[in-house]
Amino acid sequence: MTEAPPAVEVLGMTKRFGDLLALDGVSLALAPGSFHAVLGENGAGKSTLVKCIMGYHRPDAGRVLVGGREWAIGNPRQAHRLGFGMVYQHFTLVPSMTVAENLVLGAEDLPAVIRWDEERAKIDAFQRRMPFAIDPARPVATLAAGEKQKLEILKQLFLGRRILILDEPTSVLTPDEADQILKAMRELTEEHRLTVVLITHKFREALGFAREVTVLRAGRRVGGGLVKDLTRDDLARMMIGSASIPDPAARQATASRAIGLEVESLNVLNDKGTVAVRDASLRVHAGEIVGVAGVSGNGQRELVEVLARQREPASGAIRVGGAVYARTRAEMRRHRVFVLTDEPLRNACVRTMSVAENLAFRNFDDRRNTIGGWLVSRRALRAQARALIERYRIRTPGPQARLETLSGGNVQRTVLARELSEDVAVLIAQNPCAGLDFAATAEIRARIMGARNAGAAVLLISEDLDELLELADRIVVMFEGRLVHETSRETADAHTIGHYMASQP
Amino acid sequence: MPPATDLGWWGVVIAVLGGAARVSTPYLFVSLGETLTEKSGRVNLGLEGTLVMGAMSAYAVAYLSGSPWLGVLVAGAAGAAFGLLHGGVSTLPRVNDIAVGIALFLLGTGLAFYLGKPFIEPVAPRLPHVALGAWSASPQIRAALEVNALFVVGAVLAPLLLWGLGHTRWGLVVRTAGDNADAAKALGYSVGAVRTLSTMAGGFLAGVGGSFLSLYYPGTWNEGLSSGQGLMAIALVIFARWNPIHCFWVSLLFGGATALGPALQSVGIASNYYLYGAAPYVLTLILLIASSSPRHALAGAPSELTISK
Ligand SMILES: Nc1ncnc2c1ncn2[C@@H]1O[C@H](COP(=O)(O)OP(=O)(O)OP(=O)(O)O)[C@@H](O)[C@H]1O
Ligand SMILES: [Mg+2]
Repeated sequence: MTEAPPAVEVLGMTKRFGDLLALDGVSLALAPGSFHAVLGENGAGKSTLVKCIMGYHRPDAGRVLVGGREWAIGNPRQAHRLGFGMVYQHFTLVPSMTVAENLVLGAEDLPAVIRWDEERAKIDAFQRRMPFAIDPARPVATLAAGEKQKLEILKQLFLGRRILILDEPTSVLTPDEADQILKAMRELTEEHRLTVVLITHKFREALGFAREVTVLRAGRRVGGGLVKDLTRDDLARMMIGSASIPDPAARQATASRAIGLEVESLNVLNDKGTVAVRDASLRVHAGEIVGVAGVSGNGQRELVEVLARQREPASGAIRVGGAVYARTRAEMRRHRVFVLTDEPLRNACVRTMSVAENLAFRNFDDRRNTIGGWLVSRRALRAQARALIERYRIRTPGPQARLETLSGGNVQRTVLARELSEDVAVLIAQNPCAGLDFAATAEIRARIMGARNAGAAVLLISEDLDELLELADRIVVMFEGRLVHETSRETADAHTIGHYMASQP
Repeated sequence: MPPATDLGWWGVVIAVLGGAARVSTPYLFVSLGETLTEKSGRVNLGLEGTLVMGAMSAYAVAYLSGSPWLGVLVAGAAGAAFGLLHGGVSTLPRVNDIAVGIALFLLGTGLAFYLGKPFIEPVAPRLPHVALGAWSASPQIRAALEVNALFVVGAVLAPLLLWGLGHTRWGLVVRTAGDNADAAKALGYSVGAVRTLSTMAGGFLAGVGGSFLSLYYPGTWNEGLSSGQGLMAIALVIFARWNPIHCFWVSLLFGGATALGPALQSVGIASNYYLYGAAPYVLTLILLIASSSPRHALAGAPSELTISK
C-alpha cells in the first residue's frame, strides 16, 4: 500500500463502432499521483476511452505505456495486473454477500480455505489507513448508495490497484457524500499513493478536486490543461464548441388552480415487506411543479413505482383530474399521464430493442402508427424516431440501433423524448437529469418548466436540491417514507430543507 | 378404533420419524446438489433423470461387483457426467438451462430404463445402516430407528456445504457467479465454467441420492422406483431458501409426510391410505402458496437464476 503508482501514457487511442468514430486519436498522460478529470458531452467518448484502456474494448489504434513500457492490454485482468482499477456508475458488488466477502473476493492470492479471522484482521488494518471505513460484517444489500460507492473504491484499493478510473462515480451520491469521497481521493493522490482519472459531468467536482483536465467532444480531445488555469466558462466552451446553451425557461404565472394529481394517505411496502411510504398525502395543481426532496432510499423509489404501476400500494387513493386513477394504459392515455423513472435503462426501456421501438412504447398502437388499427407500421415508427432523434439531439447511429449501444446520457434523452414529446397533463419525474451533461441538463429543465407553463401538473422527485430550488413551486421533504416538511418556493431555504432531509427535527 | 400395537400412538410417531430419515435421503441429496447448482446461477431440472440413472447404475454396479459403495460412487459419477452435459450445453449462447434440464430429465429416465432391463430380476447387495435404536428392547423401535448410512452422510454434508459456501474460495466464486455474473467476469472467472462445475457437483449428489433408492429403500431396481422425488427436491430448494441446513429440515419434513400413510397403516388405520399417500404433494402445494407473494421478491434467491429474473 506504500508503493507509488507507475506513470501512465495513453497515445492516439482510436475506436470505431461501425460507421461511428467514437474515439479519434485521444492521448492522455498520467504522472504518478495525478488527479485527472475527463469532461465531455453525453456520447463524447469518455466511457469508450477508459474501456479501451481497461481492455474491455479492443481499440482500432492507440498504445498504453505503463512505467515507460508499452503493454498490450487484451482484457481487464491484464489491466488489473498493471494496477488499473475501475469504479463504475452502477455497482459491481455482490449484494447477497457481506462487505468482507466482497473485499476479499478479488484477491489474486485468495487461499482455497479462507481463514476469516486472518482476513478480518487484514481488513481492519487496511481500513484504519483509509479515509473512510465500513463495517465488514454488513451484507452489501443493506448499504446505502453512498456506502456502496465507498466500498467499490475501498475494494479497488484493498486489491492493490494504484490507478483508479472512476466513471461518473458520484451520480448516485448526495453532494456531501460526493465531496467526502473525492476529498479522500485527492488526499491519497497528494500522498502519491494513487493516481485518479475522474469522469464527470459536474464542473464543481472537476474544478474542486482534480489538478488536470481533458475535455472530449465527438471523440476528440478539444482542450484541457491544469485546473488552476481554467474557469468554468472555459470548460463549458470547450465542451459544447459553437453550440449554444438553452436559456433557463422562465417561470410564467399560471392561473388554473385545478388539482392535477392527488395522492391521499398512501402506504406502500417495499420488496422486503416493510413500510416504505407512510401515510403520504399531497396535491399537485395544474401549472405547478411540486418537488420532493430527500436522500435516496427514503421511499421515493416506491412512491414513483406506485404511480407508474410497477408496484401496488398497501392502501390509499390516487386521483388524477379529480377521478380515481387506476394507472391502466387506457387511463394513462386518457389523462395524459407521463412518467420519467429513475434508472431508465432498467425501468423504462428494453435494452435489446431498437431506439425506434423504445421511442414508440407509448404510442405504437395509436392509429397513426398502425395500418388498419392493428398492424404496427415499422415505417411510421422509424419516421417518428427520426423526428424525435433530431428534436432531442439523441446521439445514435440511427433509429435501428439497439438501445444498449447508446451512451448513458443518450438513453436518458430517448426516454425523455418519449415521455415529453406529447401533450402532457400530469408529469411524474424522478432524477430526470442524472447522468446528463450540463447543456442537456439545462435543456431538460427548460422542457419540464415548459410543460408546467403549458398547464401540466408536475411531480418532481429529485436528490439534487439545487434542481428543486430552481424548478419547484413548492417543495416537500420525504424522510423515512413520510412527508415531513413543506415549503413554498418563496420561503424555501436550502439549510432548513437539508436539516429535514437528514432527520426529523 | 384403538391402535393395534403395544406402543400405541407412540408407534406412529416413531414410525414417522424412522420413515422420515429413510424417505428423506434422496430428497436431501438432490436438494443439496440443486442448491449448489442454483447458487451458481443455473437451474438443473434434469435431476429426476439423474436420480433414476443413479439408481440404475448403482444397482447394476453393486450387483456386478458385490460392493454397494462402489455402486454409490458410480452413481455419483454418472450424475456428474449428466451435470457436465447440462452445464456444457447450457453454456452455449442462446441455450436455456430450463429446456436443457427437461431434455436431460427425459434422456436420463429413458436411458436408465433401457440399460437397466437386465437388472430388474437379480438381487444386489444393500447399503448398511446404523442402529440408533439399539438401546431399546422394543423390536418396533429398533426397526424404526435403523438409520441408513447415506442419511448420516447427507446430514454431515449439509453443514459442510454451508461452511464451504462461506469459507472457501470456491464457495465465494460460486455465489458471485450466481448473484452477479458481471462481477464474476470482472474478477476474471469464467462464469460458464464455474456453473458447469457446480452443475457437475450437483449431479454427483443427485446420482448418489438415486443409489439410495435402489440400494437401500425400496432396495430394488425397477422402472417405478422414483415417483418424482427429483422434481420435488427442486421445489424444496425454493422453500429452503437456498440454505443447505434448511434443505436438511425440509427434506425431513417431506420424508415425514410421505411416511405418514404407512405409519398409520402399521397401527391399523388403513382407510384413506391413498389420501395420506398424497400428503407430500399437498404439502408441496401448501408450502409453495404460503411462501409466495406477489409483492416481495424471493429472499435469498440467487439473482442470476432465470426463474428469479
Ligand atoms: N458497444 C457499442 N456499440 C456501438 N456504439 C457504441 C457502443 N458503445 C458506445 N457507443 C457509441 O459511442 C459513442 C461514445 O459513447 P460513450 O459511452 O463513450 O460516451 P460518454 O462520453 O461516456 O457519454 P455519457 O456521458 O452519456 O456516458 C456514443 O455515440 C455511443 O452511442
Ligand atoms: Mg459514459
